[in-house]
Amino acid sequence: MKKVTFFFLMLMAVLFIFVSLDLAPTDDVNSPAATHVSPRYIEEAHEETGAANMVTAVLADYRGYDTLGETTVIFTAGIACLLILDVRQKQKW
Amino acid sequence: MLALTAGYINFWLIAILLLVGFYGIIATENLLKKLMALNVISVAIILFYLNLGQKAGGTVPILPPGVEAGVTEAYANPLPHTLMLTAIVVGVATTGVGLAMLRKIYKRYGSLEEPVVLKEMRK
Amino acid sequence: MQKRFGSSILDTAIRLLVPFYLLYAVYVLVHGHYSPGGGFQAGVVLAASIILVNMVQGEEITWGIKKQTAVILASLGTFIYAGIGFIALFFGGDFLNYGVLPLGDIEPEVRALGTLGIETGVTLGVMGTFIVIFNLLTGREE
Repeated sequence: MKKVTFFFLMLMAVLFIFVSLDLAPTDDVNSPAATHVSPRYIEEAHEETGAANMVTAVLADYRGYDTLGETTVIFTAGIACLLILDVRQKQKW
Repeated sequence: MLALTAGYINFWLIAILLLVGFYGIIATENLLKKLMALNVISVAIILFYLNLGQKAGGTVPILPPGVEAGVTEAYANPLPHTLMLTAIVVGVATTGVGLAMLRKIYKRYGSLEEPVVLKEMRK
Repeated sequence: MQKRFGSSILDTAIRLLVPFYLLYAVYVLVHGHYSPGGGFQAGVVLAASIILVNMVQGEEITWGIKKQTAVILASLGTFIYAGIGFIALFFGGDFLNYGVLPLGDIEPEVRALGTLGIETGVTLGVMGTFIVIFNLLTGREE
């Protein structure tokens, strides 16, 4: 079983290397990730949101709705822990 | 060949890390080790995203004092940093949920080894 | 934590250390606009300082945040975040559009203040959740 797993993972490694050649190389200034939305963030974030830290500007202002979802996920994880471990079984209510 | 290696070696190392995580999930029988392997996969994906955001000659995406507007070529892409910042914290919280479930499983079946747990479940 | 981890030496040491952790967390939070930092990081530093007290002092903890308080803080943080979004709705903007809040005349500064508000919410939420998870995982079985 472990040999079969290992064989398939080697196959996946070959596939990953083959597919990675279609990506833009590391440090490429003209990669797709660096040319669509990020120039707007870098050039106008301070002017529009008043935060010199662009990560904060994107996190809390441009994508505030996304961060609201993440906060809700974290809160839900905490409540899930509480429900899994802290249930008192012999209580009336 | 050297240029090819320099541009893509990070992706290949990250792929190896991802496969180590996959191997851990498939081949180990201890549930705690499976959870650790899931975290390894999470780290691999975080590194992959951060790698996509790099630029040659780009510095951290924070404007120094007195600078009003950035130049695109001089700063790294802030978007992957933002997404992965939240992903790290969410990963810790979900790992906490996983550990809570493992503790419950250990309390009920007395073991975290998968064959033992499955045998106890069939009883 | 069920068993206490430290001796009286560690106990004295954290009494000196933890105030600086708390101060540093507040610095990370309020200076997040101009340096690396922000709500998530500040929340993690706060939670780490409280967890340190918890680990050293064990069950006979004399100061810190209890589990019940931490749950309330986590709820409060998420509520602050969503609440600021709804307040923006009441002042005529979109959900989570802080530019319309009545905090000043210059729009970028108003947005920065709104950002600080929601980062405070994120800080409380992350801190409360992490303390709850740690307390549950290391606590006594019910």
